[in-house]
Amino acid sequence: MNLDLTDDEIAFRDEVRKFLAEKYPADLRDKQDQGVALSREDTIRWQKILYEQGWFAVNWPEEYGGTGWTSIQKYLFANEMAAANAPAIIPFGVGMVAPVIYTFGSEQQKQRFLPDILASNVWWCQGYSEPGSGSDLASLKTKADRDGDHYIVNGTKTWTTLGHLADWIFCLVRTSSDVARRQEGISFLLIDMSTPGVSVKPIITIEGDREVNEVHFDDVRVPVENLVGEEGKGWTYGKVLLQHERTNTAGVARSKYRLNRLKEKTARSIHGGAPLMSDRNFARKLAATEIELKALEYTDLRTLAAVATGKAPGPESSILKIKGTEVQQSLDALFVEAAGYYALPFVPEQYVVDFPDEDRIGHGAETKSSLRYFNNRKATIYAGSNEIQKNIIAKHVLGL
Amino acid sequence: MDFSISEEQSLLADSVSKFMENDYDFERRQKIAESDNGYSLELWQTFAELGWTAVPFAEDDGGLGGGPVELMLMMEQFGRGLLVEPYLANVVLAGGILRRSANAGQKSQWLAPLIEGNLQAALAFAEPQGRFNIADIKTAAKSNGKGFVLNGTKTCVLNGGNAEIIIIPARTSGEQVAEDGITLFAIPADSAGIERRAYQTVDAQQAAEITLTDVKVEAGAVLGEIGQGFKTLQDVVDEATLAVCAEAVGIMRTMHEKTVEYSKNRVQFGVPIGSFQALQHRMVESLMACEQSQSLLMWAVMLNTADSEEQQQAISAMKYQIGTAGINVAREAVQIHGGMGVTWELDISHYFKRMTAIDLLFGNADYHLDRYVQLST
Repeated sequence: MNLDLTDDEIAFRDEVRKFLAEKYPADLRDKQDQGVALSREDTIRWQKILYEQGWFAVNWPEEYGGTGWTSIQKYLFANEMAAANAPAIIPFGVGMVAPVIYTFGSEQQKQRFLPDILASNVWWCQGYSEPGSGSDLASLKTKADRDGDHYIVNGTKTWTTLGHLADWIFCLVRTSSDVARRQEGISFLLIDMSTPGVSVKPIITIEGDREVNEVHFDDVRVPVENLVGEEGKGWTYGKVLLQHERTNTAGVARSKYRLNRLKEKTARSIHGGAPLMSDRNFARKLAATEIELKALEYTDLRTLAAVATGKAPGPESSILKIKGTEVQQSLDALFVEAAGYYALPFVPEQYVVDFPDEDRIGHGAETKSSLRYFNNRKATIYAGSNEIQKNIIAKHVLGL
Repeated sequence: MDFSISEEQSLLADSVSKFMENDYDFERRQKIAESDNGYSLELWQTFAELGWTAVPFAEDDGGLGGGPVELMLMMEQFGRGLLVEPYLANVVLAGGILRRSANAGQKSQWLAPLIEGNLQAALAFAEPQGRFNIADIKTAAKSNGKGFVLNGTKTCVLNGGNAEIIIIPARTSGEQVAEDGITLFAIPADSAGIERRAYQTVDAQQAAEITLTDVKVEAGAVLGEIGQGFKTLQDVVDEATLAVCAEAVGIMRTMHEKTVEYSKNRVQFGVPIGSFQALQHRMVESLMACEQSQSLLMWAVMLNTADSEEQQQAISAMKYQIGTAGINVAREAVQIHGGMGVTWELDISHYFKRMTAIDLLFGNADYHLDRYVQLST
């Protein structure tokens, strides 16, 4: 047992740092640091830079364009990316549908879809939840009826993150109602969003932004070749995807970055008052969050080490999802607390590049802290609410 | 970075685990705890024969050269079996001081027999007024020319009743809470002027209140430099803190596992109580607390850094975790066991008491969260 990095690992870390120093565009860095939302083009530009470096599909098998990195390399890479405040990768293509395609898809599907995901030529979104099917996902009603070489899809998907920016959507759809278990009638279908009958309607969330959508399917004709794997096995594939999603949602590296920013910020005087860290109550709350995050970092590393020995991320990934989102939300709340009155102004127009400093209300991204806090209440709800995660752990880990 | 343990370490862990499982069942543990001595000197000899009492000591001193990883592995198993033998008091605390401070003569006099299992020793790290501050020492040692005269009171001296040698930190100079001016003395327990009031603690460990009235010792009783004992005392208490945290992780896991098992078998309303979601989610919380605590423990053990502030911070983080998450696991285990959880008959209540004691030992969660904050700034 030891925490030492090998010479190769140190060299790798330095290589990532050098890459970020040289290739992370200054305009994107400014936006990130000012809390300005990135456009679709910004995100794609950044993802293509990673692709050209060969570092986009970190977790994929090498044969499809993955990195072949060890778990420690992945950990170091995530840490460096977060420490540079580099933009988060949009996970729906590379992190979610791709593992399903390369694990369960046909050769033809792999060739057709994976290269465009790898190069960020196609933007994917996720069609899982429905208005009547949230935590009880297996109750989903979106139907795909066979008609010759096509499925006719009818129904509504909801909470579709960035669906208004997406080219394709992967969906869980019901291909049969005549089954013993509801889960058995569900299939995994890939749908081109430009197909007639697909419409996307915005849902404005708590912080006032459009991040999620409702996606309606009205007699949408989808070629049978877009079915992944076997008909009726979609639930199994979807679960694999969710385990990948949950492992990714721990967000340890990003939380470490945010915690360090918060410590820096609260250690110095802002607006001329006493540094918040001199408040014993605040310092203790911050310390407790830091300790929880440190524990999570090593729980994550232990999980990665287990995965490295060949195990797929199992139900244990639910622990990472729960703890990771809890830590994120603790940090969100501490940022709001640190901002004090400056968490109150609701002035979304100041989050654009080059907003004149003299017109800005509050210091830096201070006023954004509350919007982020509001928005991120989603974290304990999405990807299977934390209560659903507990059900999964109770059943599959504790055997209850 | 490597989370795996070596083959030797694995053999050690297996040896302790097998012993606790096969030769130290709860019934036997209770019998030993209720005996006059409170622990088994016969078993202590067995531990010495198995090499356990030699693990953390240097090979040059007759030890096995083990480090924090070995200590962690052993203590986790001791936690699982609720060991009452004074491994912590004798080997980790008293042995920890001797290993660091004793000169060659003192080592052959005290450390060698301790490693061989033939000497019971104790470290008096607490005073009545000091709460968790180990620098708060009123016990005074005044020079009388050829040696020292000690006066003062020590509280909760683990293994203090049975110890043949008691290590007494006493003030040779400085203010009551100053780190400078603390000197460590190794004193035979039967010295004139030592009064011991031995008792069993709530967690079936042995301890004593010790008063020293004009206790005369020779200069040869001083361990290390005069007035410079604090650093050693601090290092040993930190190591012991990490040790009880490892023990606590073993206890947490055991309590959690027993609780899940119990919930599968205990039937109410015609179904196992483990089928109730209200209980399932709480047991999941306990599982996560176990995993998070295990992770922090591994971090603190592996850190093993020369930067003592960073190391202390890791230990405080760990102890805070035990005093919060660990205590929660223990409380949930008792609650889910229902009435059985509060009986003397079932082991759960005894695990609970040991967890309670561990939270208080060497500073509770609040104390260590404050120390963590202070070390950050």
